[in-house]
Amino acid sequence: MSEEFKVEIVNPEKSFLVKDDVSEVVVPAFEGEMGILKDHISIISFLKPGIIKILSKSGDENYYVEDGIVEFKNNNLSILTSTIFNIADMEKSKQQDLLKQAEEEANKTDTNDQSKYLADQKVEVLKTLN
Amino acid sequence: MASLDDLKKRIASVKSTQKITKAMKMVAAAKLRRAQESAEKGRPYSEKMNNVILNLSNGISDKENAPKLLSGTGQEKTYLCVVMTSDRGLCGGFNSNIIKKAKSYFAKILDEGKELKIITVGSKGNDQLKRVYGDKIIENISFKESKNANYFDADKVGKMVIEKFESGEFDVCTIFYNQFKNVITQIPQAQQIIPLNNEGEESGSEESYEFEPDEDEILSNLLPKNISTQIFKAMLENSASEQGSRMSAMDNATRNAGEMVDKLTIEYNRSRQAAITKELIEIISGAESL
Repeated sequence: MSEEFKVEIVNPEKSFLVKDDVSEVVVPAFEGEMGILKDHISIISFLKPGIIKILSKSGDENYYVEDGIVEFKNNNLSILTSTIFNIADMEKSKQQDLLKQAEEEANKTDTNDQSKYLADQKVEVLKTLN
Repeated sequence: MASLDDLKKRIASVKSTQKITKAMKMVAAAKLRRAQESAEKGRPYSEKMNNVILNLSNGISDKENAPKLLSGTGQEKTYLCVVMTSDRGLCGGFNSNIIKKAKSYFAKILDEGKELKIITVGSKGNDQLKRVYGDKIIENISFKESKNANYFDADKVGKMVIEKFESGEFDVCTIFYNQFKNVITQIPQAQQIIPLNNEGEESGSEESYEFEPDEDEILSNLLPKNISTQIFKAMLENSASEQGSRMSAMDNATRNAGEMVDKLTIEYNRSRQAAITKELIEIISGAESL
């Protein structure tokens, strides 16, 4: 009995990643990190800025996301996101750019609590990357 | 009859027009391939998004307090129409088809005595609509700088629509765009995005989901995203349709130019021959009279 399931990441432009030999995925759900294993109950949740960890036989992968929705059903994990980067391919300058943007956003005073919280999250996550 | 010189000039000018239309056709064909590809690649996202929302709205317990984006404001007084067209012309009936569809819808709304507001995306639509509905257009957006349709632009439009919805400026929102079927056929579409119209669609599963946080919160987060996604989908379909429409229009133009060159060449040859014959007759009859 294999302990593997399928994960699919789509962004508006294309299907970003499809993998069907995944053993565990850790997603930064809105109310805290969430590890998903095979035969998880069907769930819908949305993401805050953070890192998606995909663990599979062929190696671990890390992706940085800013927002998105996860849906898990029948051992199919779909992640819909508009901003996603593979951390391994991400250049330092790109990281710096994103960090700078996020910091600017976080320092704005005219935003509401939620967007401020999200921006703070972004800054935090990006800082740990650097 | 036009003089030989005039004919020669006309042939040359038609030929150079033909060259241009031929080049435009080639460019459109190349762009079409890319646009079509990205339209196809973009489909999974909007489909998945639709599915999730469908599942969510079926699972929602308290229908009366459902987010307004889903259930509507409860009245249907003001209609917002987002008309999406291209920024460039020379693409056959592409823009006029959308406009025609939109105009008949506008007439219906106004007949019912309801208020109409228009947002145009793309400058061609604005040009055509501002003559008749100039006072109804509240916003005009164009993405001339962006080479391809991208999500960022769609998100901008989406956010604007939501902002207007939240400030109570309209009750129902419809987007107009051309759906790409194939190079020859593009179908003008009117799609209602607020309130979300899910009637007639069956949810794929009866399975119950676990939600984290609760349904309402997810929905209220998801629905605005869905608006942007739908607009993005429309933009992708539109750009594929635009290139397809331009390609077939330019193909026609090239063919017509070819026919015209043939006709003009025949006319040119005939009048050249006629002129020669005339001269010969003159010479012969001149010689005979001596």
